[in-house]
Amino acid sequence: MVIDLATIWAGLIAFAVLAYVVLDGFDLGVGILFPLFPDARDRDVMTNSIAPVWDGNETWLVLGGGGLMAVFPLAYATVLPALYVPIILMLLGLVFRGVAFEFRFRTKRWKPLWEWGFCLGSLVAALAQGIALGALVQGIEIADRQYAGGWWDWLTPFSLLTGVGLAVGYALLGATWLNLKTHGELQAKARRIAMVAGVATVGLIGVVSLWTPFLEPIYFQRWFAWPTAFFSALVPLLVALCAFGLWHGLTIDRHLQPFLCALGLFILSFVGIGISFYPYIVPGALTFHEAAAPDESLSFLLFGAAFLIPIILAYTGYAYWVFRGKVDPEEGYH
Amino acid sequence: MFLGMSAELLARFQFAFTVSFHFIFPAFSIGLASFLMVLEALWLWKKDNAYLKLFDYWKTIFAVTFGMGVVSGIVMSYQFGTNWAAFSDKAGPVIGPLMGYEVLTAFFLEAGFLGIMLFGLKRVGPRLHFFATCMVALGTLISATWILAANSWMQTPAGFTTNDVGQFVPVDWLQIIFNPSFPYRLVHTVLAAFLTTAFAVGAVGAYHLLRDKTNRHARIMFSMAMWMAALVTPIQIFVGDLHGLNTLEHQPAKIAAMEGHYETHKGAPLILFGIPDDKAETTHFAIEIPKLGSLILAHDPDAEIKGLKAWPVDERPPALIPFFTFRIMVGLGILMLLVGAWSLWARFRKTLYDNRWLHRAALTMGPSGFVAVLAGWYTTEVGRQPYTVYGLLRTSDSLATVDAQAIGFSLIAFIVVYFIVFGAGVFYLLRLMSRVPEVGDEDLDDGPTRAAGITPAIQLEASGRGGHGH
Repeated sequence: MVIDLATIWAGLIAFAVLAYVVLDGFDLGVGILFPLFPDARDRDVMTNSIAPVWDGNETWLVLGGGGLMAVFPLAYATVLPALYVPIILMLLGLVFRGVAFEFRFRTKRWKPLWEWGFCLGSLVAALAQGIALGALVQGIEIADRQYAGGWWDWLTPFSLLTGVGLAVGYALLGATWLNLKTHGELQAKARRIAMVAGVATVGLIGVVSLWTPFLEPIYFQRWFAWPTAFFSALVPLLVALCAFGLWHGLTIDRHLQPFLCALGLFILSFVGIGISFYPYIVPGALTFHEAAAPDESLSFLLFGAAFLIPIILAYTGYAYWVFRGKVDPEEGYH
Repeated sequence: MFLGMSAELLARFQFAFTVSFHFIFPAFSIGLASFLMVLEALWLWKKDNAYLKLFDYWKTIFAVTFGMGVVSGIVMSYQFGTNWAAFSDKAGPVIGPLMGYEVLTAFFLEAGFLGIMLFGLKRVGPRLHFFATCMVALGTLISATWILAANSWMQTPAGFTTNDVGQFVPVDWLQIIFNPSFPYRLVHTVLAAFLTTAFAVGAVGAYHLLRDKTNRHARIMFSMAMWMAALVTPIQIFVGDLHGLNTLEHQPAKIAAMEGHYETHKGAPLILFGIPDDKAETTHFAIEIPKLGSLILAHDPDAEIKGLKAWPVDERPPALIPFFTFRIMVGLGILMLLVGAWSLWARFRKTLYDNRWLHRAALTMGPSGFVAVLAGWYTTEVGRQPYTVYGLLRTSDSLATVDAQAIGFSLIAFIVVYFIVFGAGVFYLLRLMSRVPEVGDEDLDDGPTRAAGITPAIQLEASGRGGHGH
């Protein structure tokens, strides 16, 4: 493995996508759980817990998209048309989710509309992202630097399963986030939900992991041939460890541990996907070297990214620090 | 299906529709962020709580606007890929890093400090809070810089070569960023955003002055907005003229379309009104002033100005839209200039807060900035046709291989969702603006008490009360 610009960028884009998934994951999860918390005060606390940070979280999605266009333009230009329908659904879902933070305080009469928009928008975005992931894993057809399939190719039982899997996983992140950020009955309820969502998430991770190697021979080889078989033994082991930590933390009423373990589950699943994909960016069709932009583009943006990403992480961390601790239900919104 | 429209036409409609909605929000939030920064600075400097209350008043409006800008912007960052895949593949190596820098230097900065700016005054104290406000304002300006560098490169590409798969390959990033039209477009667009905000804020001030001319908060915002209008509009007209000269040099076909000129003239007339007809290659019902066109465009009454016929038919932009949108923009600019001058006169006569006709005029001009910004944008973007990268990559060669039906259905979905969501958003903004700025016990308070001020319930009441005014 040679460390060149394309490899570094593959790592950075993967980092941006992972950052997006875990960060926006918990606030989309809070949206998905909305129907289970009909009480108006609970809902205010729930949205207040994510209101100061959701915009920053979603910015990682823009970095993933804009970054992909900059450094792997061919992947951007083939994957997005292939995933046309899920991408558009995700965008529309995010529109409803994003405006609800402000709109639900701006009206009494139509508040239920925006709350449903918040919930369904979050759910649709989560499902669409999971479906997009599944569709990418099962492969897309490329010919002559263009997407060559139809506009419904993404729809398969496997992609629907990954869609549900990601939505349930986000619900788990959301529930463990609420367990961390709230107290009283709201927290107790979030904890119970986290238990159910935790079991479901681990189960779905298992089903998807067992199904994936049979989709494509390369995945099968990757997971059951040396030296990568080492990882295929290690990853499930670590998943089991996180699952135990999650369950244990919830049963003894720890606040931070379940959230960290849920993040661990996501990171491990993501590493697993990375192992399956390498060195492809579109499995079986396009390696990240083939998709890479000219070196002049890669080095120019890398120069900035190397400086700016640490700074971004620092002030993002600071913003989280400012709003640390349990959400005060008495604190007004604005 | 979809009236037999081609994928290209549907994709263009979709882009025009989504970008038009998107552009409205940043055009407002760029200026509003700087306005908030100035208000908070005045509060910290003069220790006058009126400025803090005004800050809180406009902060809520900013939050709603900014939220809509964010969600409509995410759509843009993916639409290049879904609908304009060939463009993304070819121009991505140049355009992509510019947008990457926009995310890294601007979007994260805005998002990271927005939470503190909106909710954090009590938690971090006034100084750090002011810093957060400054970072948000700075972020909006940095964002404008990068995206206009990218847009300007599409208009006047420079600093690149092409490779064997047809991609644009960067050679000199300084030439790419500081391409020939970039400085003009940047200054013209940022000033446009400031003027948009000034006239929106001025209209809100005027509205409340018309109901109660003693309201101190309404007076402050009206006065600040009118200073901005009076001082910046002349600068903007000057910059716009320079921008036009630059366009004449680099994109003369766009100028020909904007002016409705089909024939090449020495000493071209200025066509005040007419109806350009690309098929007949003439502008019907033209009302002309001789030689004035050359004088304005080239600063020489006998200069030669090329007409559209100087280019082959398939290299001409359509004339009808740029011709009208350009006139709308210029007309509004002149009205802005008049209102600005009127406000100076009223200020001199000490009737700024009493002149009801001035207030009515300012109220009417409230939406003028938004209309002018969109009109100007249409002028420059339609004038770039039939290319996405001017002279090099045709719009028809920029498309994704996506079914026309997919684009058609998603276009309908965007139209429906945007009208519901942003329609409601604009309604809420208007309702927030109709809240009477509360002039209360600001002399008694001697510090930032409740930063966030109002709880949602009270705010609802207040907006409900304001709503009766309509």
